[in-house]
Amino acid sequence: MHENEDTKCCCNKNEKDEFIERLFLEYKPIKDNLIQMLNEIQEHYGYVPMKVQKELSEFLSIPMAEIYGVVTFYSRFSLKPKGKYNISVCLGTACFVKGSQKIMDRLLERLKIAPGETTEDGLFSIEETRCVGACGLAPVFTVNGEVYGKATVQKLDQVLDELMKQ
Amino acid sequence: MKKLFGTHIVEGNKVERLLAKDIDGTKVDSLDDLNFYKKQKRIALKNCGVINPEEIDEYIAFDGYQALEKVLTKMSPNDVIEEIKKSGIRGRGGAGFLTGKKWELTKASEGEQKYVVCNADEGDPGAFMDRSILEGDPHSVLEAMAIAAYCIGANKGYIYVRAEYPIAVKRLEIAIKQARDYGILGKHIFDTDFDFDIEIRLGAGAFVCGEETALLESIEGKRGQPRVKPPYPANSGLWGKPTLINNVETYANIAQIILKGSTWYSSIGTEQSKGTKVFALGGNVNNIGLVEVPMGTTLREIVYDIGGGIPNGRDFKAAQTGGPSGGCIPKEHLDTPIDYESLKEIGSMMGSGGLIVMDDTKCMVSLAKFYLEFTVSESCGKCTPCRIGTKRMHEILEKLCEGKGSELDIYKLEKLATNIQKSSICGLGQSAPNPVISTLKYFREEFKEHAIDKNCRALECKAMSKITIHEEKCKGCGLCQKSCPVTAIEGEAREKRVINQEKCIKCGTCLTSCPFKAIGG
Repeated sequence: MHENEDTKCCCNKNEKDEFIERLFLEYKPIKDNLIQMLNEIQEHYGYVPMKVQKELSEFLSIPMAEIYGVVTFYSRFSLKPKGKYNISVCLGTACFVKGSQKIMDRLLERLKIAPGETTEDGLFSIEETRCVGACGLAPVFTVNGEVYGKATVQKLDQVLDELMKQ
Repeated sequence: MKKLFGTHIVEGNKVERLLAKDIDGTKVDSLDDLNFYKKQKRIALKNCGVINPEEIDEYIAFDGYQALEKVLTKMSPNDVIEEIKKSGIRGRGGAGFLTGKKWELTKASEGEQKYVVCNADEGDPGAFMDRSILEGDPHSVLEAMAIAAYCIGANKGYIYVRAEYPIAVKRLEIAIKQARDYGILGKHIFDTDFDFDIEIRLGAGAFVCGEETALLESIEGKRGQPRVKPPYPANSGLWGKPTLINNVETYANIAQIILKGSTWYSSIGTEQSKGTKVFALGGNVNNIGLVEVPMGTTLREIVYDIGGGIPNGRDFKAAQTGGPSGGCIPKEHLDTPIDYESLKEIGSMMGSGGLIVMDDTKCMVSLAKFYLEFTVSESCGKCTPCRIGTKRMHEILEKLCEGKGSELDIYKLEKLATNIQKSSICGLGQSAPNPVISTLKYFREEFKEHAIDKNCRALECKAMSKITIHEEKCKGCGLCQKSCPVTAIEGEAREKRVINQEKCIKCGTCLTSCPFKAIGG
């Protein structure tokens, strides 16, 4: 791993390097491991920083373009940091039939950002999810993975107000 | 608690207060007496909710790993394949290919290294049976994979599971570790020469990876784009080696077939579709959840007997099976027996088993649009018909929903649909137009209303709908006025109310608030 000024990113340098070092010890440098490693990176940072992509490219001996191609193909990976509270609304069929679009519309209206974006203060980000497999509780939205079932616009408002207070 | 113990366990009497209630309020003695469970037959889900999935001993106590032992010690690979073929089980992932045949083909394929893969990338919105099996009975999948590996001559297996299912992943990890500790995975299983081990691979949120060749690409660490078939995975799969891919639910049936025999299994179901199928019943229906029924059960039985009918006194409009690759089944086909062939005949498909019920407040044009939206965002982009064709179809549907369409658009939509069906590379593209084709077939009137009359009878397409209060039915109770979030309903107490169309945002809240059904389009 080469560390030089222009590839540095804004996050905490020490913590990051430790994580990547551990990751590179844990996995063998073979191409098949790319998605597994990206999953861990996404989990750890909340996104896949460019710098890490470059490091991965060296470690696995795959061109950077290919890694970028994989990162942008899968919806779980993001290139931008997510908000402190990542709210995702399920737009799967069961939720759609029970009115999840109304929840999404309300969320967009209140946070004034588009799906996939993060608010300027870095607090909130919105995601569209296809199905969290909780169709029995439809419609569903989640905040950082915590599921809120049988959702209504009022319930969403309550949750948002609560989070904004904090 | 004390009372429950005293009356029920010591005295052996029922505690009336705590008995389970059916939809109509009648109390039943046992869960099996609930209408929801009465018509179900649980094979794949037999252990779900019954055993502790994190304890291998509980699985073993329920006949777990006995099938594997029987296979390894008493049966040859050909015997097992013959048994699976005789049972008639077909792939539960959607396409319904004969499982035994698939095993036979992979076994016959030449190659020293072979692989067994479990497709647990359950991406169909509205389907959650695989999740339930993985979370409730992970060992049944491991056992079946080992049996399959023995048959085809593989020593390595992969489970490709969605990262969106963290609990399933965790339980699989625990199950694999326990199986290794017990010597059920690893070297010399049950003191034979058979070696087998399983690894988990996580998906990363791409619907197309449920397609078998895209899934293989993804396991190899690449973008999940489907390969052109043939060659099929049975000949050239993971890293070009012969590979057997089956779905979670298919595997969950295998051990039972071995233990109870193919004759037992093939006695369930219809002529060409054997066994049971798990459906994820959802949408506008009273009982929501997983139902496992023998093939050949009618849609009416599932929706009305098991599902308990449509809530709020509404009417059944359509049921959607097969997710974004399936179609809508209208009222007149409620008595169709559900099996692979019958569903195909009426323009839908089995798919992975999502079954969404819709009442008469749903607009079929906007439903078609919803599915196309899904396909557009999930198309991998490899082939043109799917990448660009679905986009164009979506645009036409958007136009129709906004009231800017014409009859010509319906014609274009149909033409595009058939072309995409014929020319896409993989199953995703070939089946993407299905929701549109089936809604056009059964609800053409609604498309015409959107295109010509600019009217949406379900009041879902906001651009066209105008909500009004029918004067003759309004009793002046004012409930609608209270429910309106934008104070668009005007009128004095006890007088008939009127909607101020300029203020109305067509949210539809007042529609459900009116006890006299006086509000409509």
